[in-house]
Formats: sequence, C-alpha cells, structure tokens
Amino acid sequence: MKSLLALGVVVLTTAALAWAGSDAQPKAGGAPKPAITKAVKGEQCVEDTDYMRRNHMKVLNQHRDQTVIEGVRSKKHSLKECINCHASEKTGSVAAAKEDFCVSCHSYAAVKIDCFDCHSTKPQGSAAMHPLNAETAHYKHQLAAQATSKVSAEEMARVAQ
Amino acid sequence: MSELKSMSDNTPNSPQLESQQRRRFIGAATATAAGLAIAPGVMLYEVAHGRSEDEAVSSAVRWGMLVDATKCATGCNDCVSACSTENGWTSVAESKHPKQAPQWIRKLELQDPLTQMETNLPMMCQHCAEPPCVDVCPTGASFKRADGIVLVNRHTCIGCRYCMMACPYKARSLVHESLNDTQKPDVPRGIGCVEACTLCVQKIDRGDGNTACAEACTAAGHNALLFGDMNDPESEISKRLRELPTKQVRADLNLNLGVRYHGI
Ligand code: SF4
Ligand code: SF4
Repeated sequence: MKSLLALGVVVLTTAALAWAGSDAQPKAGGAPKPAITKAVKGEQCVEDTDYMRRNHMKVLNQHRDQTVIEGVRSKKHSLKECINCHASEKTGSVAAAKEDFCVSCHSYAAVKIDCFDCHSTKPQGSAAMHPLNAETAHYKHQLAAQATSKVSAEEMARVAQ
Repeated sequence: MSELKSMSDNTPNSPQLESQQRRRFIGAATATAAGLAIAPGVMLYEVAHGRSEDEAVSSAVRWGMLVDATKCATGCNDCVSACSTENGWTSVAESKHPKQAPQWIRKLELQDPLTQMETNLPMMCQHCAEPPCVDVCPTGASFKRADGIVLVNRHTCIGCRYCMMACPYKARSLVHESLNDTQKPDVPRGIGCVEACTLCVQKIDRGDGNTACAEACTAAGHNALLFGDMNDPESEISKRLRELPTKQVRADLNLNLGVRYHGI
C-alpha cells in the first residue's frame, strides 16, 4: 500500500513538473494568467529570473533578518529595491492593482502575502504616493502640533510611579 | 532571556550572542576606555559612522540622547511633528481614534504642585540597556540591537502587547487598524504590531548620525536634544554628559537608559 502511495506521489510530481515546465500550458480553468510585466527600471534582475521565480521568498527572508536584526541595508536583495524596479508604470505600485507585479502572480498561485500590511508598495518619493506620505505632510503636522495634548500631573505621576 | 533566544533563532553567528555577563563586561570596558592605544599618546577609536553597507551593527557604539529640559520650550511640539513626518505615523491630534493613536514620542508639560514650576520634556522609548519589554516578549520580537537601539521585529510580533504593559515609560503603541499603504518606504509598520521610537534607525543606518526630533529641535533654535554615541568619549553627547548633571527617569529601576535628562 505504502509503495503504491509513493508511486502515486512520484507520478503526480512528475506530471506537475512537466506541466510547470512546458511552454504550452493548458489554460487553467478560466483563471487569468499572471501578467508579468518587465521591470520598468533595469535590464537584469539581481539573480537569474528562473531562480527568483522559485526562490525570491527565501532571498527576501534572509535579507530581512539581516536588516532588522543586524542593521545591514545592502541593496542587492532588499524588498525596497524590488519595488523600485518592479512598480508598475500605471499605478506606481507593485500591489495596488490586479496586474501589478507582486499581485498578478500571487493571485494566480493563490498565495496570500502580508508583506504589504506593513511595507509600502511604492518606491521612495514616487508621485503616486499617498498624500499622507507625501513630503508636504509636515505642513499638516505643523497645524496639528498646535493642538498639544496636555498631560496632567496625576497622569505623569502614574507613569513615574 | 527572550532576547537571547530570538538571537539564536535568527542569527546563529551573530556577534550579539554574548551572555548577559559578557556584554556587561564589554560595556564596562568600553565605558572606561573605548579606544585602543596603538602607541603612546595615539589612540585608535572605533569610527561610529564609518560602517560599510553590509557590515552588521556593533556594540562598540551605543546610541543615546540627552534631553535638556531647561531648553525645551513651552508649547513647542516640533520634535513630535518631525518624528511623525519622518516615520509616517498619525499624531493624536489628527487621528480619528485619538485614544488608539500611536505616540512614538510625546511632549509632556509638568508642573510642580507646590512651587508651580513648569517643566517641559519629550518622552519616548528610553532604549534601556536592560529592557523590560524584551524580557517579557514571548516571541522574541522585541529585541535590542547591538548598538543599543531597542526595536520590534514586526515579522515576529504577534501583537500580544505584553511589552506595552512591561514598559515603565508607556513608550509603546499598537497599530490597531490597517494603514492602507500610507507607510513610508523606509519605515515599514502595520496593523497588529507594536511600535515605538526607533531612534530613527533608518537614518542612522544611512549614516545621517542624527534623529529627526533632534534635527527639528536644533532647527527651531532650542537645542534641547542631543543625539550621539555614548560609547565614544569624544562625541558631543559624551562630553556634555560628563559636564552636566543628568538623571535617568525612574533610575531606581536600574535599566541603564539610553535617554538621559538634564533639568528634571
Ligand atoms: S523604554 Fe520601554 S519600550 Fe523602550 S526599551 Fe525601555 S522598556 Fe522597552
Ligand atoms: S506585542 Fe509583539 S513585541 Fe510586544 S511582547 Fe507581544 S510579541 Fe513581543
């Protein structure tokens, strides 16, 4: 029974691999194929395209730990640089619209990512940036600053106790 | 201990993997002589800002801040607005939910009930050398970087808020709602994670050598905030700390704070 199962797994994997490798992919039940647009900036990705398709998440995870914990901010494998190159010309983002670089593949592969719960999807200083983020934001803050919230002596006493 | 655990999880070869004791020893050693004598009269000091792009931060540096409360102006909020602009958080005054609004730094106006004397000061994460937030964190998300900056690794934070309860300075906030892509590219932050002052870690790593709040305070002509490397005896902050009487808030807790106050 076990060997039968194993055989089944082998057959399935081979079939899957063959499918993934063939150019003439059968149209998957109506699901729209990912629209992989070429990066706006740059000619060649920091790694081979094939390697990146399969392993970008490993590369990013490794770099993120180095950045957060050790303060290493080299550009080569940084998510920010991915976004700088791959942000779409239309939306200025990698994940704002369905055709944007990250979203188009991940929705096809049904992989839900939460990178962009925290990370900005747009390159630094892009015009498409949310107004709250724009360089003019400090004018708003200057206005808001006038509404200083006073902390009472009691409240501070509680903090200091 | 959770800090050590997190380090071993993520970076097996990290230079931070020293026992607490060893770190204390190094701290004491650098405090007494942060330089190396290479010849009589010639000292070799670690250069704090000359870190190459792929070099990890080192404990030869300890970033800190000196707050001169005698210079901090009544009604001025420039440090707070500069922080919110640099790091992209919405201030209490602007927030739709003021009670939930993040406060990476806040301005306090205190009055002695007996003498009526007023004191102004900004309060933020004190970047404790022995941070209680790190001690209580169940996931190892709260950690202290080798150069003394206490941070939250949002990739591991589960939003349990133990650290918020443990912090004696109420320095931490939780992001309650989705930020909808309003974050700054340099400052990722998001729903369900705890956050606090990072001493503008993105600016430090860039080599700016100053924080947004201190820059704003100087620009406004108040000069109440001084940022620098407390391990370098030649830095401006070390010199001033040698001269001025300073206090740590709740010094009785023995946390060895990175933020020191003068005039409180
Ligand atoms: S001030 Fe609070 S948040 Fe900052 S290191 Fe100390 S305990 Fe942690
Ligand atoms: S809220 Fe996050 S950082 Fe704070 S104790 Fe919980 S897991 Fe750690």
